[in-house]
Amino acid sequence: MAKIEFRNVVKRFGAVEVIPDLNLVIEDGEFVALLGPSGCGKSTSLFMLAGIYVPSGGELLFDGHVVNEVETRDRNVGVVFQSYALYPHMSVRDNILFPLRFKKTPRDEALARVTAAADLVRVAELLDRRPSELSGGQQQRVALARALVKEPQLLLLDEPLSNLDASLRLSMRTEIKSLHAQLGVTTVLVTHDQIEATTMADRIICMRAGRIEQVGTPDDLYLRPSSLFVAGFIGSPPINLVAGEAEDGMVTVNGARFPVEGASGSLTVGLRPEHLRIGDTGFAGRIAQIEPMGREILYVVETGMGAVRVLEQGSSAGHSTGEQVKIGFLSENSLVFETERQKLIAGAHVREPV
Amino acid sequence: MTTIADELTIERRGHAGSVARRRTNFVIFLGPAIILTVLFFVVPVVIDVAVSFTDLSRSLRISEFTTEQYEKVFRTDRRLSQVIGLTFIYVFGTLAIFNVTFGLILAVATTAIRNASGSFFRGVWLLPRMSPSVLYILLWLWAVSPTEAGLINQVLMQAFGLDAPLDLLTSAPIALIIISNGFIGASMGMIIFTAAIRSIPEHLYHAAAVDGAGTFAKIRFITLPALRWPISFVTIYQTLSLLVSFEYILLLTKGGPFYDTTVYALYVYRRAFESGQYGYGAALALFLIVIGVVVALLGWRFFDMERLLQRPRIEVH
Repeated sequence: MAKIEFRNVVKRFGAVEVIPDLNLVIEDGEFVALLGPSGCGKSTSLFMLAGIYVPSGGELLFDGHVVNEVETRDRNVGVVFQSYALYPHMSVRDNILFPLRFKKTPRDEALARVTAAADLVRVAELLDRRPSELSGGQQQRVALARALVKEPQLLLLDEPLSNLDASLRLSMRTEIKSLHAQLGVTTVLVTHDQIEATTMADRIICMRAGRIEQVGTPDDLYLRPSSLFVAGFIGSPPINLVAGEAEDGMVTVNGARFPVEGASGSLTVGLRPEHLRIGDTGFAGRIAQIEPMGREILYVVETGMGAVRVLEQGSSAGHSTGEQVKIGFLSENSLVFETERQKLIAGAHVREPV
Repeated sequence: MTTIADELTIERRGHAGSVARRRTNFVIFLGPAIILTVLFFVVPVVIDVAVSFTDLSRSLRISEFTTEQYEKVFRTDRRLSQVIGLTFIYVFGTLAIFNVTFGLILAVATTAIRNASGSFFRGVWLLPRMSPSVLYILLWLWAVSPTEAGLINQVLMQAFGLDAPLDLLTSAPIALIIISNGFIGASMGMIIFTAAIRSIPEHLYHAAAVDGAGTFAKIRFITLPALRWPISFVTIYQTLSLLVSFEYILLLTKGGPFYDTTVYALYVYRRAFESGQYGYGAALALFLIVIGVVVALLGWRFFDMERLLQRPRIEVH
């Protein structure tokens, strides 16, 4: 197990600076997710942890020791690659055994550990097959077993679920999380999928263009996103963000006006679709579109401030397209950002117009 | 009433009106190839078989049809066993040292360094293949010239203090024909192996590094297994091409001294065109085809090509 620390880490590829200055501490035994859109530097960070990329500047520490120049093979990290990267010409057994070859583990012990690892991820009956004879989910498990068999001090997961179908993704999510709970190994998950990050990780590091936007628990990122970027990235369907001007305690957004507390100037109001409800109070609008999602229904409502998404519980649409409705919300659920700096204004809220 | 399957077949084949068109297409697309194949592959074989059953010689007159030539091949020609032994050494030596092993080393080495330098070195190794064989051998003749002016002798005498010039064409002719052929032959393996190495997904190397593999372990466990097919292919293909090619040897040593570097194909040439025994040459050539087919089938079996050529059951990304 290891405590990981990035200290002013820089990574450049030629003239391109992918990561300008990364500072981050990952505690021993923690499960963190690096979350962000593609090109945000999350995979680069992971590859630096694995030793595949060498930082261009700053220090990377494992348990207080600088590991910048330590070679991949001497780091004792386990990696599950996005494509699984199983060795195609080896049986599942040899794939899982492979890391132990280089540790000079006695053969009997090595085989026992392979069996144990295979049992752990439930691929024991597949040991004699080739990777090409496995389904995606099985390949994923084998890749996990191979990463875990050497008892790594750090487990790195690079978009591990992105190649699986939806139902498999759900069950692997649970399994990876329970494996982590069982083994307690420090784990870093790289993903662009906010659901993966929020469901599995203890802590999420939301990245954008090589910089950390926000570090926090899934709740922090959802309830108190520090910036417009995080607010827009977390939550599905995405948050409604509308820009307006505040004066004398009233914010004007396009044609709509709300009372606002604790802020003034150019503001952006954030209202999550699931926090809005169609009722007797609030701002008026006309239902433009209805999207049933099974357990919930997504309404797209044309209002004075533009199109607003409203997520209502219940499986049958209580409203029809073209209907005039009023949309209300609880003041404490509203978010207010400074438009200029794109930052959250803590404690600021808007209220339903009366 | 047609079933769905019938309709699908018709759909796939096109409708009745296009039968004539398909015939025309067949003639247009395959005609030229068929003509060429017949003219330059089938007809020569037929002529060869015919000639091998005659006593055709320098006089270019056929006086009788006979199986005498085959008796010579299998019974009376005492030199033939020596020739076949030499051919084995030549083919196996060139393949094992250069065409496969050295080609592999070149491919691994030139893909491990920077792309620009790698391409440069591969280009250098391709030069002899691109130059005319006569020119290439002329350079070799200069290099191994038995006088003090020969390149190798200059180096040996001036840098290593050798007293008298060496006559490599006399003292090491077999090594010379293997090296001169191998320097050219290695480039084909190099190109095929390079392409194969390039197609190995990079994440496999990353995974191997994570699992603790060093450079040589990566070559052994990732690169070489991925090259199984290309290595098998190059081995079989080059065996056949080495069996029948003799132009470099003819130009370099003329098969000499005496018959010391006369490989099978060159022996056929010398018998037919130097001694004028056309009938015997034809019989020898036919026997070479048989040897070639047998060797190819053995190689096919040995490398389990059938399994290698099967399509993978699941696409591997």
